[in-house]
Amino acid sequence: MELTKIDKDLLKQIADLHSVPQGAFNIRKNGQGLARSSSANIDIIPKGDKPGIDIVIKPNTINESVHIPVIITSGGIDDLVYNDFYIGDNSVVTIVAGCGIHNASDKKSSHNGIHAFKIGKNCKVTYIEKHLGIGNGAPKDLSPTTILNVGENSTFEMETVQIKGVNFAERKTTAYLSNNAHIVVKEKIKTDGKQKATTSFLINLDGKGSSAKVVSRSVAMDSSYQQFNSNLVGNNACFGHVECDGLICDNSRIVSIPQIDAKNSNAELIHEAQIGKIAGEQLVKLMTLGLTEKQAEEAIIKAYLK
Amino acid sequence: MLKLKNISYSVSDKKSKTEILKKIDFTFEDGLTYAITGPNGSGKSTLAKIIMGVIKPTSGEINYNGKNITALSPTDRANLGLSFAFQSPVRFKGLTVKDILELASGKENNLTETCHYLSAVGLCARDYLDRELDNKLSGGELKRIEIATALARNAALNIFDEPEAGIDIWSFDALVDIFSSLKNKKATNIIVSHQEKLLKKADVVIVLDNGNITKAGKPEEVLSTLAPSYCNKLRRND
Repeated sequence: MELTKIDKDLLKQIADLHSVPQGAFNIRKNGQGLARSSSANIDIIPKGDKPGIDIVIKPNTINESVHIPVIITSGGIDDLVYNDFYIGDNSVVTIVAGCGIHNASDKKSSHNGIHAFKIGKNCKVTYIEKHLGIGNGAPKDLSPTTILNVGENSTFEMETVQIKGVNFAERKTTAYLSNNAHIVVKEKIKTDGKQKATTSFLINLDGKGSSAKVVSRSVAMDSSYQQFNSNLVGNNACFGHVECDGLICDNSRIVSIPQIDAKNSNAELIHEAQIGKIAGEQLVKLMTLGLTEKQAEEAIIKAYLK
Repeated sequence: MLKLKNISYSVSDKKSKTEILKKIDFTFEDGLTYAITGPNGSGKSTLAKIIMGVIKPTSGEINYNGKNITALSPTDRANLGLSFAFQSPVRFKGLTVKDILELASGKENNLTETCHYLSAVGLCARDYLDRELDNKLSGGELKRIEIATALARNAALNIFDEPEAGIDIWSFDALVDIFSSLKNKKATNIIVSHQEKLLKKADVVIVLDNGNITKAGKPEEVLSTLAPSYCNKLRRND
C-alpha cells in the first residue's frame, strides 16, 4: 500500500499515525477501503450490504487498540460509511477513528460516519475521534453519528476534537447506559471564518448507578457559528453532569441549549454553561508576563482547547 | 532606578471628578525593598498598577533605568524587567500551573525549578503542576501560585499588590522568607501591604493617604508616627 505525503500528513494529524499501524486497523480513502488488517482478538469484517465494516472484539481483550481513520484527498466525494463495533465482556480497548479531508478542488467533499457500539459488561473503551479539513478549495463537511449501548459496569470515554478547516459539522451522539455504566465525553471544537458546527447529545441514563459526564469546550472565531444541544434523561437512580464552555471572538456566535430530564426521582442531573469572550483581565495578566496581546489570546485559546 | 514624576490619576463621570493619586513624586532605588501602606482607598493598588502599565496615569511621567516608560504597555514593561503579582489572581480554564510558570519564566522549566517556585509558597509540585487555574482551586491556592509565578519571572523589579491577602493557613513566615530571598537577589521590590510584619521587613515604608505620599522612611521611623487607629488595624492583620 502506497501512502502519499498528503495521506501521511492527514493520518498523522487525525490518528497520530506515522506509518501503517500494528495490530487491527482499517484505512478508508476517498470512499474505498485502502488497507485493512485484523489481529488475533480483533476482527475487521467488511459489510456485504452497505459501505462499512464490523469490528468484532473478543471478550477479555486487554490493552489493545484499533485504528479506523478515514481520509479524503479529492473534491466531489460524498462518503457515507456504517461501522459497527461489538465489544466483548471484560475488554479494555482504545479505538482511534476520525476523518481528515484535503480538498483543493472546486467541488465539495463530505464524510458521514455512522458508528454504532454494542459494548458488553465490565469493559473500558476509549474512543478518540479527530476531524480536520485542509486545502483552500470547496467546502469540507463532516457529520459523525455515534450510537452507544454501554453494558453493565462498563465505561466509555470519548474524546472528540475538531481541529480546524471543517466548514460544516453536525455531530450526533446517542447513548443508552445500563446499570453502573458510565460515559465520559470531552469535546473540543474550534471554528473560524463562516464555519458552522452543531453538536447534539442524547444520553439515556437507563441503569441504576449509571453516570454521564460531558465537558464541551469550544472556541468560535471570526463569524463562525456553533450550537451545543444536550439532553440528559435520568430514567433511574443516576448522575449526569454537562459542562459547556464557549469562548467567542470577533463576530462569532455560540448557542447552548440544555435539557435535563429527571424521569426518576433519584436522578441527579446538572447542566452548566458559560459563554463569553476572553476576559480583559486574563489578557492583562499574561501581558504582565511579557506576552503581547495577540500572544496572550493565542495562549488562552490553546490552553482552553488542550 | 524607578522614578515617578508628578504622577496623577483621576476618574470622572458627568457629575464629578475624583482624584485617586495627586502629583506623586518618588524615586525607588535599585536593590531596596519598599512597602506601600495606607488606608483603604488611599491609592496604593492604583499606584502599583500604574507602575506596571496596567493603568495609564492621567498625567506625569515614569522613568525606569533612565527610559521614559509612561506610554509602554505591560508587555514592554515586563520585557524591561518588571513583574506584577495581582491582589486578586485571575482564573483561567485550561491553563495549568505548569503552563503559567513556563509563561512567566519564558522557557520550559525542569522539575527542580518548578519545585523551587512552588515549595517556596508551600505547595508540592507533584500535586499542583497539572492543576488548572480554574475555580476548582481555592482563593488561597491561587494566591500562592500567583506569588510562585512572580518568583518564576526572576525580574529585576517585583511589584506585589497585597501578597498577604487570602493566603489562608499558609505560614505567614514563608511569605516573609520570600521577600528576604528576593532582597538577597538584589532585586527591587515594591510591596503593597497592610501587614505590620511585612512593613517591618522593608527598607523603606511609604505611607499613602488620600492620593498623597504623607511619609516615607525607615520602618521604625514611619510606623511609630502612624495614627493609632491605623496601627491597630495593622496589628489586627498579624
